[in-house]
Amino acid sequence: MLRRLALAAPLILALPAVAQEAAPAADDAVTTYTLDNGLELVVIEDHRAPVVTQMLWYRVGSADEPQGATGAAHFLEHLLFKATDDLAAGEFSATVAANGGSDNAFTSTDYTAYFQRVAADRLPLMMAMEAERMNDLRLTDADIETERQVIVEERNQRTESNPGALAREQMNAAQYLNHPYGAPVIGWMHEIEELGHDEVRAVYDAYYAPGNATLVVAGDVEPAAVLALAEEHYGAMPAEEGLPERARPQEPPQRAARRLSYEDPRVSQPYLLRGYLAPERDSGDQREAAALTVLAEILGGSSFTSVLAEELVFEREIALNAGAGYDGMSLDDTTFTLSVLPKPGTGLDEAEEALDAALAAFLEAGPTEEQMDRVRTRLRAAEIYARDSVEGLARRYGAALSQGLTVEDVAEWPELLQSVTAEEVVEAGRALFDPDRSVTMTVTPEEEASR
Amino acid sequence: MIRAFSLAIALTLGTAGLVRAEIEIQEVTSPGGIDAWLVEDHSIPFTALEIRFEGGTGLDDPDRLGAVNLMTGLLEEGAGEMDARAFQAAREDLAASFSFDVGADTLSVSARMLTENREAAVDLLRAALVEPRFDPVATERVRGQVLSILAQEAQNPRRIAGRAFYEAAFGDHPYGRPDNGTPESVAALTREDLVAAHQAALTRDGVHVGAVGDITPEELGQLLDELLGDLPESGPELPGHVDFGLEGGIEVIDYPSPQSVAMFGQPGLKRDDEDFFAAYVLNHILGGGGFESRLMTEVREKRGLTYGVGTDLVPLENAEFWVGSLASANDRVGEAIEVIRAEWDRIARDGVTQEELDAAKTFLTGEYPLRFDGNGPIADILVGMQVTGLPPEYVTERNALIEAVTLEEINRVAAERVEPDRLHFVVVGRPEGLAQDAAAGPEVVLPRVLLPAE
Repeated sequence: MLRRLALAAPLILALPAVAQEAAPAADDAVTTYTLDNGLELVVIEDHRAPVVTQMLWYRVGSADEPQGATGAAHFLEHLLFKATDDLAAGEFSATVAANGGSDNAFTSTDYTAYFQRVAADRLPLMMAMEAERMNDLRLTDADIETERQVIVEERNQRTESNPGALAREQMNAAQYLNHPYGAPVIGWMHEIEELGHDEVRAVYDAYYAPGNATLVVAGDVEPAAVLALAEEHYGAMPAEEGLPERARPQEPPQRAARRLSYEDPRVSQPYLLRGYLAPERDSGDQREAAALTVLAEILGGSSFTSVLAEELVFEREIALNAGAGYDGMSLDDTTFTLSVLPKPGTGLDEAEEALDAALAAFLEAGPTEEQMDRVRTRLRAAEIYARDSVEGLARRYGAALSQGLTVEDVAEWPELLQSVTAEEVVEAGRALFDPDRSVTMTVTPEEEASR
Repeated sequence: MIRAFSLAIALTLGTAGLVRAEIEIQEVTSPGGIDAWLVEDHSIPFTALEIRFEGGTGLDDPDRLGAVNLMTGLLEEGAGEMDARAFQAAREDLAASFSFDVGADTLSVSARMLTENREAAVDLLRAALVEPRFDPVATERVRGQVLSILAQEAQNPRRIAGRAFYEAAFGDHPYGRPDNGTPESVAALTREDLVAAHQAALTRDGVHVGAVGDITPEELGQLLDELLGDLPESGPELPGHVDFGLEGGIEVIDYPSPQSVAMFGQPGLKRDDEDFFAAYVLNHILGGGGFESRLMTEVREKRGLTYGVGTDLVPLENAEFWVGSLASANDRVGEAIEVIRAEWDRIARDGVTQEELDAAKTFLTGEYPLRFDGNGPIADILVGMQVTGLPPEYVTERNALIEAVTLEEINRVAAERVEPDRLHFVVVGRPEGLAQDAAAGPEVVLPRVLLPAE
């Protein structure tokens, strides 16, 4: 039963498949190595089924693109399924399929990842092909042109045809004045149309190197055997000197509240989004991010028992939905977002006042022990359920290691979440909810324009 | 007494056939006579439970459209002594996860529960299934959410296309009706309608259960009786079969968008048709196989006309059809449709090659065992097989059925069952240079409410 509106932005995939996001961390059968050329290797054992997933994560995403070339990292991701020295265009995926497996790839602001899911005994072939396309891509103008059209259609499908996606894109652009997180991962349409061989090749040459990648192998495998295979297929590649430093332009202090109103006749019901710039998880320093994670859970983690649902949906009965979201996995400053979908007949002004009143009251009173316990239980159980999906665990480690975290950071995160105190939650909320540092957006059909 | 019948099942994996996965499906009958399939796996301390009730929105009274859907949405909104918030607080304190969904043929319940508090979680889920309250305040809130979704779907080109397609294909049959109701019908639903929908849609004679995880057959037997034993024995008669009623042609529904969405289809094959497996492999080659299919190769890889195009052979309980979808810019969708029609023609006329058949078999037989990875996915497969009427042995026999398809057979099926003249397109958008065929019949007005299409 689909009653809740999805207001979150997904990752961008090469094929129209839906990516599963991992739930937060667990103690896993995890072994790590680093090859001489710098390639990091993470092996996650799960012997319940004779299946393996190989994921190769490059530490390059849309936020690493040069100015004026938004979409280049994602464009390159599409082109990695074309020709290399030893593989014809399309042969990579055809070979995976001919071995009964499936493959795909995805790009985010901070990483680009490629994965295959196959019977465990096919891992050597997958490694041979994945290693081949790290250095030996052959870009042709014809492939670039055709693929550009595919990406234009992808943007049409994901963004231009979807008023919610267009609204989020505008919201994001307003949130980041200076940091490249303000641009969409898929790129702005006018820049996609101008991307060519040079822009895409520049990303490939600079960032696709063993020392800039993490290989995650998860499933029915033995760590020592995986290490030997990785040495054989990836180990011979030379280490590359002078990998670019990932120092992106950072945000200046925000000194004025930002407001946007997006109008689109395709919007069926008005709603409100609010965002604040928020610190991300840093290696060895994840405590504030843990407090923000718990804050988001208490404010919006449940449609029934969260603070915003209780106040706006159940007590005041002015909203159909009210939510909060925070994901600390990010290389640079991330966002904390709030959303309200008012009931028909309730204005967005009233909804916004109610939201602000609920936040103020919460910061004044603080969370109850009952609320804290409930969130701890939920997060602890999520760890147990997360172990049912080894692919989810693979994504968790791949993303973390591509965003400045270590295996140790991932391992200690669940305990960190359990140890967050009510005082830390309030403190994190007070630091966050500063009206001068807010971005607020109304999304309405044309005729109802914001008030 | 628990009657646990064990069947050791070895899944052969991959082309070489060297790797084997074994899962053991146990058929369990509870002391009270409720059947379930179980795969025990004690490595993670939780159980995944998948329950399906036959009927779904097909049970809606034509004058009460959307009743089963609204009722389903209210199952988690208060039960027994608990109102909605008390129920959800209790569930969260147990860290159990319940979800309720309803489709054209079945109402489904998915639950995950920790071993440490499974009995309490079962009590809670039982209350939701057997004693839902349909409190006025919860009903109004969920009704508002459903109306909000209907309004949103009325602006979604995919939903508009799907709704028009199914309405034209199935007419007055429940498959042709808006299964979440219309804004008017949902607004008019009463508590009595919801109670009646509950009595009709959750009954013991139409229930199927798949369980996987940290639970024994004896424990599952007790669980089944506690959870489902107090439901009514039987419900109303289910809808009958309906033929796919669309003829070939193109119909266009105007919608302001830079991109057009198309849904297309033709008659299909029943799940127990002797040609089903040949058609299934054929569909994989035509449009089912991701990057490798003919349609993806021709429409996306060679011409860049779309981000995605695909087809599916759909055997529902009461109808069978071939269906596909595509999204393409308004000025290019005409060309994309021409390419699809040409491919439909080519495969019916020339069939497929031995190489294509071999590649499809390798993929389909290799991919099948990969689905059995995790308690949740396996429970879903088990219950799906029961709904379809397949025996547990099917998991060992399925790949042999794929392997047995010959080139001669698949090409005969292509010639007989692929019908280019009956391929019907519904296009939503502002397509340029796309003539609406005379054969398309009366123009479909923009529907207000929509069926799940994807």
